[in-house]
Amino acid sequence: MKLDEFFVTGEPMIYAADAAIAMTVIGIVFVLTYFKKWKWLWTEWLTTVDHKRLGVMYILSAVLMLFRGGIDGIMMRMQLAFPGMNILDEHHYNGVFTAHGVIMILFMAMPFIIGLMNVIVPLQIGARDVAYPFLNAISFWTFFMGAMLFNLSFVIGGAPDAGWTSYFPLAGKEFSEGIGNNFYAVSLQIAGAGTLMTGINFFVTILKMRAPGMTMMKMPMFTWSIFITSIIIIFAFPVLTVALALMTLDRVFGTAFFTMANGGLPMMWANLFWIWGHPEVYIVILPVFGVFSEVISTHSRKNLFGYKAMVVSMVGIAFLSYLVWVHHFFTMGNSPSVNSFFSITTMLIAVPTGVKIFNWLFTMYKGRIKFTTAMLWSLAFIPNFVIGGVTGVMLAMASADYQYHNSYFLIAHFHYVLISGTVFGCFAGLYFWYPKIFGHTLNEKLGKISFWIFVVGFNVCFFPQFFLGLDGMTRRMQTYADNLGWNGLNLVSTIGAFLMGLGFFVLVVNLLYSAWKNKRDTANDPWDGRTLEWWTKSPVQAYNFAVIPHVKEMDAFWHMKKRNETDIKAEDLKPIHLPSNSGVPFISGIFWFIGGFGLVFEWIPMAIVGLAGIFACMLARSFDYDPGFYVKVDEIKKVEGITGGDK
Amino acid sequence: MKPKKGFWKLVGLLSALSLVFLSGCSKLAVLNPQGPVAKTQSDLIIWSMWMMLIVVVVVFAIFIFVLVKYREKPENMDYEPPEQEGNLKMEVIWTAFPIIILILLAVPTVKAIYSAEEVPTESKDKDPIVIHVTSANWKWIFSYPEQNIETVNYVNIPADTPVKFELTAQGPMNSFWVPELGGQKYSMNNMSMPLYLEADKPGSYMGRSANFSGEHFTQMQFEVQAQTDKDFKEWVSDVKGTAGKLTEKKYDQILSPGVVGRQTYNGTHLKWIDHAKDVYIPGKELERGTGHDHSKMKEDEKTSNEEMENMDHSNHE
Repeated sequence: MKLDEFFVTGEPMIYAADAAIAMTVIGIVFVLTYFKKWKWLWTEWLTTVDHKRLGVMYILSAVLMLFRGGIDGIMMRMQLAFPGMNILDEHHYNGVFTAHGVIMILFMAMPFIIGLMNVIVPLQIGARDVAYPFLNAISFWTFFMGAMLFNLSFVIGGAPDAGWTSYFPLAGKEFSEGIGNNFYAVSLQIAGAGTLMTGINFFVTILKMRAPGMTMMKMPMFTWSIFITSIIIIFAFPVLTVALALMTLDRVFGTAFFTMANGGLPMMWANLFWIWGHPEVYIVILPVFGVFSEVISTHSRKNLFGYKAMVVSMVGIAFLSYLVWVHHFFTMGNSPSVNSFFSITTMLIAVPTGVKIFNWLFTMYKGRIKFTTAMLWSLAFIPNFVIGGVTGVMLAMASADYQYHNSYFLIAHFHYVLISGTVFGCFAGLYFWYPKIFGHTLNEKLGKISFWIFVVGFNVCFFPQFFLGLDGMTRRMQTYADNLGWNGLNLVSTIGAFLMGLGFFVLVVNLLYSAWKNKRDTANDPWDGRTLEWWTKSPVQAYNFAVIPHVKEMDAFWHMKKRNETDIKAEDLKPIHLPSNSGVPFISGIFWFIGGFGLVFEWIPMAIVGLAGIFACMLARSFDYDPGFYVKVDEIKKVEGITGGDK
Repeated sequence: MKPKKGFWKLVGLLSALSLVFLSGCSKLAVLNPQGPVAKTQSDLIIWSMWMMLIVVVVVFAIFIFVLVKYREKPENMDYEPPEQEGNLKMEVIWTAFPIIILILLAVPTVKAIYSAEEVPTESKDKDPIVIHVTSANWKWIFSYPEQNIETVNYVNIPADTPVKFELTAQGPMNSFWVPELGGQKYSMNNMSMPLYLEADKPGSYMGRSANFSGEHFTQMQFEVQAQTDKDFKEWVSDVKGTAGKLTEKKYDQILSPGVVGRQTYNGTHLKWIDHAKDVYIPGKELERGTGHDHSKMKEDEKTSNEEMENMDHSNHE
């Protein structure tokens, strides 16, 4: 392989990216060395098995990927702002929209949600940790290495360019000869393995680690949503694993599962992809339903209206999510009976979703609604998600879908549900739980500025796309003719995209400004919260709870406050057992990366080295007899500021 | 009250805006049907828009009412909201309400799904004209078996006559879409799918691929020219008199990846290859027609595939 086949060349924007990556790496190395932070980085972060720190790293990665995916989105909108633009040539454009889709779904939405659940779920159920802390660290590092491998593709080797769905035969070797799509197959596989482990981990955590007294029907709604999401992950991700493995075999080892020739079945890929892919959209939407439930109920000073109905509706959505995948290819020539079945099951999802919307509205009814930034994001969700939802019902009508399929109508619809659901929900969760994670709130004024710019920009960007779709504009078009009447709407849409970018920029400014200026909040409970996470100290200590709470009712902490039971008594304190840090997850992540890189470039010896390294890490873990350590009572007292009660 | 005034201004502005959008609707391709298939779909879409508007209005009204009435004000700071477990009656209502709307949508949808699979009812008495459509990266090939002619990147059809397009593909999937005449279907290798469309009157309609198929996918457009019966017959005999003959060699050139302009030929490729049944390997006449019958897989097929990948396409231009 020649050097110019290894590095992507000939594209000024890529050279700029090369330079930016090099500068960033040098900058990070310099700062870490100058402030002598290497040891801190290793002991506090790279080797940590603390669910809160892993959560923070997930969220940080997600925000970085939001930036990357957002830049991709803005580049696409610039290309489409006017007819005949040539900012991105066809080849480059195809790579950019593929990256945008993959990154936003798998490396932004998923880690953001997994980050929130990592930080919050154990706290909400009154647990000291997740069920498998070591596995949790492995999950993070496999996700992270998968994401990095994918991101590498645009400067080394060439970006995948067959769309985020990577339909065969286009994505196969027959029509995509380079190694670009290998990146897709391998990096998603590595990250997906991490997600599957997270699903199992949280399923067990929620089942087995709840505080005494917390029955399933006393769990906070966010925890419920994560529980159901974990179940969806456990069922859906193995399908992705199999599909990607077959894809890798096809591409790297020359088998013919999905090829055009030699009896392959390209449609099998579409089926496998969407059997994973449709539940996947509920994996990223159900947790934010949980976030909104917490935020809305807290800020209305009321308990959640129709708790049981909320749980039942989520279970219903999870069940239906497996019966609808064919709606992604109504136009693939299914029989009318098949299309009718999937049309109706898809529409049915609107019923439980509608139940939830009305329950949230009635949670606020007779409440005392406080408009913080977290609440604004949750409120903006309702009208925008309703627009996304009703257009979703329209798309579910198979016969009408023949006219919407793959058009901008679809693009507008899924951005309406995914941005006003997932992204708004992630932001709401971030503002809501930020003080718990970092011990200080985010600046409300900057938060509201960023909120308004983003929400207005979002509507300006995506609302015109419904009309573009109805006028025949299809997704993934690199440009369009001047005489089609699409100019104005496209330009408006591009302006909206820039506004969203500006809103995101203000959010980042807010994060930095608040870290620098905002007062360190000594109060552990800034929003007058209802669930147990607000009982812990902000920022949360490694052991979470000094004393494991005893739960008697729903919204446990709210009732504890009412009864003045929140004080921790010194005599209740006992030494707390915690697991030790370990470098193995990080090192095994490196080997995943090495092996993945080898597989992408079809360098089998390198792939074998990576695999051997992964097994060596497993072996090392098997002979690791470290039993963890205890936090002493005196130390807990000091940290929690408790006096007296000496034995 | 000041905030309320602002609110009504906003409502006025929004309704004015939506009027502007809606008045533009009549010109949007999908809502401007030029044939019975598109008409059925467009009617269904407009019906669903009304239904969905009801949902939107109800939710938005409750949303605005709750936010205005129960927001935190200095006057109600000491108000302690009641804990509400839920309300069975209300919950039954808002479960039943969407179910009714969905039934109202599902019934016409299923009807329309079934009707799209056959000749439009308005033209039941007429025999459809059959046109085979082959998408090959990145062009559209139209074969008229009865007329024995073939066109590339444009298709002429008689108006007021149902057309049965038989869709297939050489290479990646595409989706055949002519918004003004009706919804789309995929074209896929080793498969044939019928799509019935019809134009009410003569006119020119834009068609394109809706499914991404690689580098020059954006250029995969074609024009559907609906003509009167007389014009169509004239055009066919014109083509038979003037267009060049379609040979296998010529056809292989058309199939090689790239973008081409409009082309017209005498004869069709159907007599030597049916992409719906056979794997086609350009330039390898002897090895064609192995089919997707898995038991027939031969060793030489693999080698020819490798050769296809390495084939130099430049000498075709």
